[in-house]
Amino acid sequence: MLEQYLSLAVKAIFVENMALAFFLGMCSFLACSKKVDTALGLGFAVIFVSTVTVPANNLIYNYLLKEGALSWVSPSFATTDLSFLGFLTYIGTIAAMVQIVEMTLDRFFPALYGALGVFLPLIAVNCAILGASLFMVERDYTLGESAVFGLGSGIGFFLAIGSLAAIREKLRYSNVPAGLRGLGLTFILTGLMAIGFMAFSGIAL
Amino acid sequence: MADKKSEIVLDPLFNNNPIALQVLGICSALAVTTKLETTAVMCLAVIGVLVASNVTVSLLRNHIPPSIRIIVQLTVIASLVIITDQILKAYVYDISRQISVYVGLIITNCIIMGRAEAFAMQNGPVMSMLDGLGNGLGYSVILLGTGFLRELFGAGKIFGQTVLPLVTEGGWYVPNGLMVLSPGAFFIIGLFIWAIRTWKPAQIEED
Repeated sequence: MLEQYLSLAVKAIFVENMALAFFLGMCSFLACSKKVDTALGLGFAVIFVSTVTVPANNLIYNYLLKEGALSWVSPSFATTDLSFLGFLTYIGTIAAMVQIVEMTLDRFFPALYGALGVFLPLIAVNCAILGASLFMVERDYTLGESAVFGLGSGIGFFLAIGSLAAIREKLRYSNVPAGLRGLGLTFILTGLMAIGFMAFSGIAL
Repeated sequence: MADKKSEIVLDPLFNNNPIALQVLGICSALAVTTKLETTAVMCLAVIGVLVASNVTVSLLRNHIPPSIRIIVQLTVIASLVIITDQILKAYVYDISRQISVYVGLIITNCIIMGRAEAFAMQNGPVMSMLDGLGNGLGYSVILLGTGFLRELFGAGKIFGQTVLPLVTEGGWYVPNGLMVLSPGAFFIIGLFIWAIRTWKPAQIEED
């Protein structure tokens, strides 16, 4: 049981890294990686939100949307299939969760709230979060698995954006061809990092 | 007036490209470009959703209270994406299996949110439609270019038709495995950006 969770976590963090293997969350990945501080702040916020939203969406999918999921309300709903409403529900859950997380942090952990600042609301439209929920549905994870998967994919994103920001800070002192400066070079860097992360592929505990 | 309209459509193609300059919508863009067929379907889906969402948001713009505009925009976009997903599942089921979660991710594709927020909230429906079309085309240019190179060099094919006969099938071309993998997409888009910025030096970033 424990090994299964561990192997899922390793898979989510390294082998199927959200940013470097699935290209999810690319917009904020590229835009917020100029400085290590902001990158780490965004990374933390992503870990937080994805750990909360993926299990939440799992419950919603299993008890409200899946075919026959509504049979606990009344037996006549046994064949109702609401899964086509998935996208709308997941994005709603994510937006609501981000709002709740934001209010909770503001009330109980003002220091952390101040540090995350503008990144929290931005996360509602980060595709890594929605992507994690969609993968969870597609692969039919249980509640426990989806919690581990959410945490793992958040940590994976955190690692990737942190290391990219560190590299970009170093790069400020290099002489880059004019047309490649900024975005162009960041793409090529990300490509090289993705090659590095491919070394993990095939690892299974 | 006619000038302005053609400008709105043509500007995002190279001068203000959503991927190469505005850094929007990269998320769902890269993963679908291993084959031209899936790329083309994805481009059509994005253009469709972008035009429709721009028009809808623009029609609603005077009725949306500013404090809840993001939720309204997301709802409009999510509904349109659900429709697109159902259409794809009904008519091109195989391709929709391959694109898998990336159709759903059109919702969080920042091009659509970005254009709704930046353009459709301030302009009339006709202009917004043209803006949606232009940005959708700008997105497609980069995507189709990437898909073309990746499929040609990674599998020796274009739209599934063999162009460069592979060694494994008795031909002469040794496929470049890097192109099919994810890093290949990053390199190609990075080089595309380099090419566009060499051609249009005004876009070079002062870092």
